[in-house]
Amino acid sequence: MDSTQFVTPGFGLVFWTAITFIFLLLILKKFAWKPILGAVSDREESIKSALAAAEEAKKEMQNLQSDNERILKEARAERDAMLKEAREIKESIVSEAKQQAKIEADKMVRTAQATIESEKKAAVADIKAQVATLSVDIAEKVIKEQLSGKDKQLKLVEDMLGDIKLN
Amino acid sequence: MKLQSMKTRFLTICLILFSSSLVFSSETEEEGAEFNPQAMITHHVLDAHEFHIIDWNHHPISLPLPIILWTENGLVTFMSSAFEHDDSGKVMVARNGGKFVKLHEKIYQLDAGANTVSFDAEHHPVNASKPLDISITRNVFMMWVSVIVLLLIFIAAARRYKKSENNVPTGIAGFIEPLVVFVRDEIGIPMIGEHKYKKYMPYLLTIFFFIWINNIFGLIPILNGANLSGNIAFTFTLAIFTFIITTFSGNKNYWKHIFWMPGVPVPMKIFLMPIEIIGMFVKPISLMIRLFANITAGHIIVLALMSLIFIFKSVFIAPVSVGFALFIGVIEIIVTAIQAYIFTVLSALYFGMATEEEHH
Repeated sequence: MDSTQFVTPGFGLVFWTAITFIFLLLILKKFAWKPILGAVSDREESIKSALAAAEEAKKEMQNLQSDNERILKEARAERDAMLKEAREIKESIVSEAKQQAKIEADKMVRTAQATIESEKKAAVADIKAQVATLSVDIAEKVIKEQLSGKDKQLKLVEDMLGDIKLN
Repeated sequence: MKLQSMKTRFLTICLILFSSSLVFSSETEEEGAEFNPQAMITHHVLDAHEFHIIDWNHHPISLPLPIILWTENGLVTFMSSAFEHDDSGKVMVARNGGKFVKLHEKIYQLDAGANTVSFDAEHHPVNASKPLDISITRNVFMMWVSVIVLLLIFIAAARRYKKSENNVPTGIAGFIEPLVVFVRDEIGIPMIGEHKYKKYMPYLLTIFFFIWINNIFGLIPILNGANLSGNIAFTFTLAIFTFIITTFSGNKNYWKHIFWMPGVPVPMKIFLMPIEIIGMFVKPISLMIRLFANITAGHIIVLALMSLIFIFKSVFIAPVSVGFALFIGVIEIIVTAIQAYIFTVLSALYFGMATEEEHH
């Protein structure tokens, strides 16, 4: 038996292998490798971009969160400011009202005092007048009484003269 | 647990198929004359012009295959059944004014007046010529079967992506995609490089799956030794393809490394040039021999182990033979993938070397 036949390539098989392999390569390239590799790399691309998008979203989320916090802080500060302002306004209104009321009250008190004063004056004047009239009447009656005798009249004159001396 | 039992079942099936088919095919040779293991093994490992399946009641059952010959009178075609299963050059077939006989799976065209082929001392036929034989042999037939299987599997897988909306692999694509991605990520990208691998992917993928499936087909016993990837013609052709692609991909840097190695003194450059030129051819030759030798060796070992039963003519040898054949068979299953992987990796490595940019 010839053992070189194992290592002698037969022309027929070389011929058919070459043709078959080229055919197989072309067909598989067009109908299998391109779609499969295309799909795989497309998927890898989409996974990559999806991951990137997720990362982006995460970052955006963080931004949003910090934004939110900032806005919240601002809102809180604004609220505080508003409350403070309101308190101030309230206080000012109250104090103003108090002042107004005090002024009003003072005014009323003053008017009342003035009225009382004038009433008092009037009353005093009235009393004075009545006292004067009364005194005059009394004096008239006393003088009439005293000047009814000669002695009495002389005595009076004397007293009066004495008073003048004293003065 | 389930996987384990499936594995066991698979191995059992392998065992049964291996032993039965080989025993059947060897039996007939036992009947007529003394069993000749060398002839049996040679017959199984080499190519054949008909697809012999089994002998039944001393009658071979086989699939006739077309014989295509290019003779001086032009193309001659007939079915291999015309030889009536004869392989000893006794049955003569007359077609297109030529007389053909088949001897040891070689077809000879007899000269006028001759009835049998006779050889001289150097084993050259004296009264016959050898026409160019491009028959659809057993290996060509199995190659086409493998092509059909590959096309069915991979086009079906590719269709799956078109059907799905977001490129999700479903069904058969789920099995195929990891393999394709493996070839891309473990062979293409690391060997050739991120930027250039795409151009070579169709070749690498095709060669990987083409070799792998034919390695596997060689292990299926009922196909009776369709030893395509263990045939030197097949590995020679694929190695030639790798060589051609490598040579045509070679850039300036590649050729410079072959003819005028940079970075070494001039005498060394002159010394290295012939070595590098030889290396250019040794690479594909090593590819060719590695695949051929590995696959053929596996076949020969299994067949030789089976032959032991008939050499010792004892059924008690059978458990030993079957046990060893099973062991080798399991190794061979791994070897089918490893050899396909090695051929592809080395092809990719050569492409990578040919396209490597200068970076000194």
